[in-house]
Amino acid sequence: MRYIFFCVFSFVIWLLWSGHYALHHPLILTMGMLSCGFVVYLVSRLDIVDEEGIPIHLARHMVLYIPWLAWAIFKANIDVAKRILSPRLPIAPRIVRVTGTQKTDLCRVIFANSITLTPGTVSLDLDEEEIVVHALTEEAADDVQSGDMDRRVTALER
Amino acid sequence: MFIAAMIGILVTMALALCRALLGPTVYDRILSVNMFGTKTVLFIAVLGFLTGRPDFLDLALIYVLINFIGTLAVLKFVTYNDLGADPEK
Amino acid sequence: MMIIDVLSWICLIPGCILCIIGGLGLLRLPDFYSRMHGGGVTDTLGASLVLLGLMFQGGLTMITVKLVMILVILLLTSPTSTHAVGKAALMSGLKPFLNNPDNKGKNEHD
Repeated sequence: MRYIFFCVFSFVIWLLWSGHYALHHPLILTMGMLSCGFVVYLVSRLDIVDEEGIPIHLARHMVLYIPWLAWAIFKANIDVAKRILSPRLPIAPRIVRVTGTQKTDLCRVIFANSITLTPGTVSLDLDEEEIVVHALTEEAADDVQSGDMDRRVTALER
Repeated sequence: MFIAAMIGILVTMALALCRALLGPTVYDRILSVNMFGTKTVLFIAVLGFLTGRPDFLDLALIYVLINFIGTLAVLKFVTYNDLGADPEK
Repeated sequence: MMIIDVLSWICLIPGCILCIIGGLGLLRLPDFYSRMHGGGVTDTLGASLVLLGLMFQGGLTMITVKLVMILVILLLTSPTSTHAVGKAALMSGLKPFLNNPDNKGKNEHD
């Protein structure tokens, strides 16, 4: 299942990037298919075509998560931009620890990357239980400690 | 329109260069060079539209990847003084 | 055509302004760890808005596909490199500047 998805995915990427989707070049199309097959063979030898390498089981939940994350990033951007522009520079940098309740490594990485992607919070270190987060303001720290994002990322696993 | 966008991006690149020259620590410099690279990607993309040659987007695509790998390589060199070092040890 | 141009303007100009604000943040903020947030502003919404504005100009062609790929790769790699810089600084023992009295995490990394 994952191998089929990976084959189709890499061939679609090849088609889009090469621009050779005209059917009057059968030789080039065949060569593209062969190179995709060779890449899939190489990757299968690396043994990374698994839940972590090709996470298609997350795609269903991602449809809901990505718009929420985009909205959170938008709000955080406006907030940080206002603080940078204000002449008094109203920031209160702090380091907080956030507990992640994700079970798989992949979702922990998604959580840490989402924290970093949101301006105002940057994940500095990551261990088995906790994520060390540097927050620019008290509101950003409270926001990440309230666990809303954590719950949403944990919901991806189901 | 593209010229306005270009001026904005150039100003940002100049600010990032200021921080790279001022930066008290080496990490400040790496951070601003990384940001300079991101701006370069945007600059190439806008330049492609300005000159009517969208082929430039391929260069931008490659530059994103080179920028990422380059940042990590410089960081590893600064941290371990050796690009071939094994961080697990 | 007019509507597309207006949409492009609406995306490109705030994107550039956000980029400049991020650059200003890189200069104004007091220490390295805060400056990472300034860089974050340009990397996320600034870059997204500029690329979105270009996508409107590109229309439904290969150009838009390539711009989407640039955006996706940029959004995947920029938090990773920010995290790498931050972690390397933390490992090297660079002290964060903290200006709040009730910080419990203050002495954990000393």
